[in-house]
Amino acid sequence: MINPNSKERALELGHKPPKTDWMDTPTVYKEGIYCYAAKPARLEYVSLPNPRDWSCTAEDWQLPENWKEIILEGMKERLEKYRTFKIFMDICVRCGACADKCHFFIGTGDPKNMPVLRAELIRSVYRGEFTTAGKILGRIGGGRKLTLDVLKEWWYYLFQCTECRRCSVFCPYGIDTAEITIIGRELLNLIGLNIDWIAAPVAFCYRTGNHMGIQPHAYVDMLDFFTDEIENVTGVRCQQTFNKKGADILFITPSGDVFGDPGTYTCMGYMIVIHYLREVYGLDITWSTYASEGGNFGLFTSHEMMKRLNAKMYAEAKRLGVKWILGGECGHMWRVINQYMDTMNGPADFLEEPVNPITGTKFENAKTTKMVHITEFLSDLIIHGKLNLDPNRNDRLKNTFHDSCNPARAMGILEEPRYVIKSVCNNFYEMPRNTIREQTFCCGCGSGLNAGEDMELRLAGGMPRGNAVQYVHNKHGVNNLICMCAIDRAVLPACMGYWAPEVDVSGINELVANALILPGEKEKTVNLRDEPIWPKDVEPDEFYKRPSFPGR
Amino acid sequence: MNQKYMYSLIAVIVLILIAYVGVEAAGLQVLFGIILPYIAVLIFIAGFVYRVMDWASSPVPFSIPSTCGQQKTLSWIKHDKIDNPTTTTGVIIRMMLEILLFRSLFRNTKFALNEGPKISYVWEKWLWLVSLAFHYSFLVVLIRHLRFFLEPVPVWLQWLEEVDTFFQLGLPGLFLTGAILLGATTFLFLRRIYLPEMRYISLAADYFPLFLIISIAITGILMRYFTKVYIVGVKELAIGLASFHPTIPDGIGVLFYIHLLLVSVFFAYFPFSKLMHMPGIFLSPTRNLANNTRFKRHINPWNYPVETHTYEEYEDEFREKMIGAGLPVEKELPVVEKE
Repeated sequence: MINPNSKERALELGHKPPKTDWMDTPTVYKEGIYCYAAKPARLEYVSLPNPRDWSCTAEDWQLPENWKEIILEGMKERLEKYRTFKIFMDICVRCGACADKCHFFIGTGDPKNMPVLRAELIRSVYRGEFTTAGKILGRIGGGRKLTLDVLKEWWYYLFQCTECRRCSVFCPYGIDTAEITIIGRELLNLIGLNIDWIAAPVAFCYRTGNHMGIQPHAYVDMLDFFTDEIENVTGVRCQQTFNKKGADILFITPSGDVFGDPGTYTCMGYMIVIHYLREVYGLDITWSTYASEGGNFGLFTSHEMMKRLNAKMYAEAKRLGVKWILGGECGHMWRVINQYMDTMNGPADFLEEPVNPITGTKFENAKTTKMVHITEFLSDLIIHGKLNLDPNRNDRLKNTFHDSCNPARAMGILEEPRYVIKSVCNNFYEMPRNTIREQTFCCGCGSGLNAGEDMELRLAGGMPRGNAVQYVHNKHGVNNLICMCAIDRAVLPACMGYWAPEVDVSGINELVANALILPGEKEKTVNLRDEPIWPKDVEPDEFYKRPSFPGR
Repeated sequence: MNQKYMYSLIAVIVLILIAYVGVEAAGLQVLFGIILPYIAVLIFIAGFVYRVMDWASSPVPFSIPSTCGQQKTLSWIKHDKIDNPTTTTGVIIRMMLEILLFRSLFRNTKFALNEGPKISYVWEKWLWLVSLAFHYSFLVVLIRHLRFFLEPVPVWLQWLEEVDTFFQLGLPGLFLTGAILLGATTFLFLRRIYLPEMRYISLAADYFPLFLIISIAITGILMRYFTKVYIVGVKELAIGLASFHPTIPDGIGVLFYIHLLLVSVFFAYFPFSKLMHMPGIFLSPTRNLANNTRFKRHINPWNYPVETHTYEEYEDEFREKMIGAGLPVEKELPVVEKE
């Protein structure tokens, strides 16, 4: 566990590489950095190879006898199947532009966390085992053979990459370390080398429909509980529907928000918005307990596993006979939807091209996937004046927005969340330009690294984000970090607790719901978190008397 | 001592010696002036084509562009058509900016850790500037060499030379691009050995082409300004090579053969090295694809059916609990008859 008094530790790192050449620097498994190995039951449930009880710090990893053959054969197959992999193995010139763009390199100072070197770990094997020059020249040619030590180095460093793609923005050839990590992890999974924090959600999701392993009745219970909570705050009972055939829209969001604070407030936010749209416009949006997960930890396992888990979304939409699908706030979920879903599991010709029935707006950009992002949907509703909003109710918050990696760099949904946020609150401040939008920094825990045992890695990786938040906290008094991703909501509280302790974390829909004036609501004095809605330094009476405050 | 750059340096020195001894002592002008250049060009063309075809033979199963701007969305939100292209035109402009102006490299910053700890991102455009200077001067130098293969020398080439010798310093006019080429490659080399993380990631394969280009530039500059070679002979040889009637004129200095061998090695080495980043950037899927996969289906040629957990299987496992929670089900529980 990271020492809370050692923030200066980062300065001591110096970011100076060791004296020995990287190929001669042995990999030392440091506690707090690695995640625990996958338990056999997880792999068995989804029929992945080599399930067994093992530990990544043990000498013997209990690999199949021919593990080397399997990996090399797997590499060969993927070189033939993915142009990305082949090109990214060949064209890197090691210019170093990516080196200090990685949050893990910035935070840990470990040179093998420079994206270029992370890729070289695999590239060196590619050269040594697949190219003629590499086979002849060996070390001089930058090639090496695949050995158990190399394999252990792969495992250690491929699970120190969050597949955030920040390096790919700066690479002059667009080399995407995420792609290399994805394929690297896919290779490791061929011989049963996953981390439990990924393997467990995958197995859960396959069986129960969501990463948390929440069974249908429990899922309904959770949301019923939130219904009570919402009623306490608003006086309105926001009853939801589940697995409802013939509903207009199917709503899919990450289960993390159903399960843990502060994501739960975002979940309540969705429920309030859904209820509002039903009451005011008669729009029927239903939840599914079968497709109760937006996220996809399959993406962190293999392309095949991603496809297997993703298939649920279209299957359920088809079964329920909805018109189109609405997706909640999540990071990698939207990467899968934008860049993989239609290709893998489409065409979704049983759905309609998405149209907002309230405004008539056609979501042209979602014509074939038939899945709309909730901030696209909300932006459209807000600009048409279809939501009765009182942004003053969020006045106690001074907000900033953390662009999540995947929506930013694998989709480009940058303005929609900002428009929604600015419509529902009065105080919004951007973090410095180098840390937002396409240059946004990862929370440090994406791609399945949001476990508990790797807390040191998480906090180190969260340092650049934490720093940027602390900067706007000092400058503008920012006290709330808004994010559009369930993993963010799960992990940023810890990260903020360490790097920017006076800043809370929330989702967009939490703020939307706080600002939304529900038909028949009681006079609102607290928000969903039971906090008074007036700012700290303002008296409640004074707050309600403000000229900007809409009369009630 | 850094082994990696020593290997490369030694390799280039050996090449120079081979040419020197081969021409001066063994009189192998035909080998170095005709045979090796032809072989090098053949290897270059065949190797280049082979590598590109090899890349192209692997499909692009998924459309995974790195998006660096606002997506196309609601009509009133401004779409960044270049950094997040949805059309071929957008992609072409993005690629052109990338290839002609090194746009991604232009984004470069350098991170600095200050007391606090406080991170700052410092303006760092030197790598971009020098890379751009290097590539463009190399290109101009290459084009300028056409004067050896063409008779008469085309007017446009003379114009190019005139611009290049804008800063006239005596005779012959100093070619700016030659000096920039040498300066830029030297910078790129020094960067690799002086920045610790650059030294750490650099391979022999990163130093070798630099040494090669530096030596090519130095020998070229020496020939033009200092120890002159028999230039009429050089042109005769070049035209001979280009017209497939190669001859070896007498009296061209050995320096020329050294230059020519280094160039030949450069061409022959090209297809098997990182220098293939030149065609590679054109095929890079994170840059050359449009972000349009939500409204235009991208096809994966090897898409195959996978095993999934169907709703029926799900309901079969949880039916009782679902009914208990008031959830609709497809099949009711079997009625158990009382005995």
